[in-house]
Amino acid sequence: MRSPGGARQFGIYAALLAAAALAMTPLFWLVASVFKNPEDFFHYLFFPPANRLTLQNFVHLFTAEPFVRYMANSLFVTGTVVLLQVFLSSLGGFALAKYEFVGKRAVTLLMLAMLTLPSQMMIGPTYELVYRMGLIDQYAGLIVPSMVNVFGIFLFRQAISAVPDELYDAGRIDGASELRLYWEVTLPVIRPMIGAFCLISFMGQWNSFLWPQLIFSSQEHFTLPIAINQMQGVYRTEYGRIMSATLLSILPVTALFLLLQKEFISGLTSGAVKG
Amino acid sequence: LKASVGRRAAPYVFLLPFALSFVVFTAYPLLRSLFLAFTITNGPKSLVFVGLDNFKFMFSDPDFYRAVRNTTLFALGSVFVQLPVSLALALLLNQAFLRFRNLLRFAFFSPYLLGQVFTAVLFAVVFAPQYGLLNRGIDWLLPRSLQDLTGLGLETAWLAKPSLIMPALVMTALWMYAGFNMIYFLAALQAVDRELYDAAAVDGANAWHRFLQVTLPGIKPVLMFVVILCVIGSFQLFELPWFMLNSGAGPEQAGLTVVMYLYVRGFVPGDLGYASAVGWVLALGVLGVSLLQLRFVGGRQGGQGAGRRRKADARRTPPRVSESPEPSSERVAKGWLLKHGKRVDVR
Repeated sequence: MRSPGGARQFGIYAALLAAAALAMTPLFWLVASVFKNPEDFFHYLFFPPANRLTLQNFVHLFTAEPFVRYMANSLFVTGTVVLLQVFLSSLGGFALAKYEFVGKRAVTLLMLAMLTLPSQMMIGPTYELVYRMGLIDQYAGLIVPSMVNVFGIFLFRQAISAVPDELYDAGRIDGASELRLYWEVTLPVIRPMIGAFCLISFMGQWNSFLWPQLIFSSQEHFTLPIAINQMQGVYRTEYGRIMSATLLSILPVTALFLLLQKEFISGLTSGAVKG
Repeated sequence: LKASVGRRAAPYVFLLPFALSFVVFTAYPLLRSLFLAFTITNGPKSLVFVGLDNFKFMFSDPDFYRAVRNTTLFALGSVFVQLPVSLALALLLNQAFLRFRNLLRFAFFSPYLLGQVFTAVLFAVVFAPQYGLLNRGIDWLLPRSLQDLTGLGLETAWLAKPSLIMPALVMTALWMYAGFNMIYFLAALQAVDRELYDAAAVDGANAWHRFLQVTLPGIKPVLMFVVILCVIGSFQLFELPWFMLNSGAGPEQAGLTVVMYLYVRGFVPGDLGYASAVGWVLALGVLGVSLLQLRFVGGRQGGQGAGRRRKADARRTPPRVSESPEPSSERVAKGWLLKHGKRVDVR
């Protein structure tokens, strides 16, 4: 295709920049808002003059609110769930991709069917189950039901199917056990998929609200979404504090994304663009 | 042979942890919810069987219809506002001469990283009357006469006026998901055969015709996939209105969605039975809508674009020998889970 002429190029750049400005302005506004006093919050659209900048919103979060606790809870719960999901899904995906066994087709079809169902229909019985297990208002009550990710096992099955069988044959000739084939052959070569899935799984758990809201009642267990929901009710128009909590809450996801960006984009589209 | 015993046992052992947790936390709850849907429960402690009462009540409850209507409106808004914008962004970004493509792509994609909860918290303030970011922008851009005409301006109370709540939700979703959908379109556009454009140019087709005759057929499977993804996601809307409307449905319940209805009518009073019944109706509705779409829009999709796309994919994934191609429902479901993994992972 020929490149369009100068005027059209200019138009395309202008449209893209306008769209990028629309996408970025709320984020910029968010960053500016956390450094403002309540009386300045709406007075200055973005940043106030340098001498009016303040850190009091953060001070409040770290002194009057157990914000560190919320953050630690979210990091702990999300980290554990991501690790469990990666482990269970990759191990299961390995079995589905590289072995023949009785019932393989049935298992695959069953899980396929599950993929299309919205999870909300299972929340009731899961609550009942977690209640009977005595895990209401405990970290385990959130972590244990969250460790299954059917989508994960399919992603990993797909990635591991692409690993050449020769690698495994060579390993077996060298006398490697099946477990070592998983640990030392499979995992290293599917690192991009692990990266992509880590981010997908992290984002899902990090933003999860409904289930934690249902099972956690004590403040000390609250994850960030529940805590922020509560802050919205308590602080009402103290927007600076709520915005500060929001900004801090999205930093871990952003950091992880920057770290895993390349893997994430390819993992995201691999399911869709493939024929 | 010892080795082959290990090899035969291995898949069962490897699958066991996943399979066990799957049975306990997915398969069992699914079956159980089918039973619970015909009961009223007192929290998780006790229940009574009530036959079809839950469904009778649901279908006579005006709030349920309000929730369905709102959710449907949101889904339509998402498909007809979000997706054209996403596609336009992808087309612009796909220009060969473009510089800073990755930077721009990141700029468009970054709102998605916030997730629905934090996006909603942010936009609850962006939509604030008088001094909120949006109204300041409108006041700055729109001449006074147009402000009077449209009724939009500094004073607009987006989240307090029932008629403006749905537009506000659609705009917020647009901000958050436009760049996310764009990633799919961009990948699809890059897989369309360049030679087809050259051939069309030789035939004298203008840009619009090239778009209709080459681009659109080329990306059709992905387009379908994204549409279904978008609809399925929209039907599960909950956090966005909940966090934007002060943990509620807003004035005149204008922000009530089906999942919010499930939560407020099921969980808040402790009736897991009713929650399950609403869940099943939601699931069947989502399934029905997806099937309709596949039938009416996706029915004619076929070899046209698919073969071409293979070429580009071959780089990433070598062709599989023994497996049949994945059914399309799997792809749909994958994307759906990807976009809305939160609610699914958590359960």
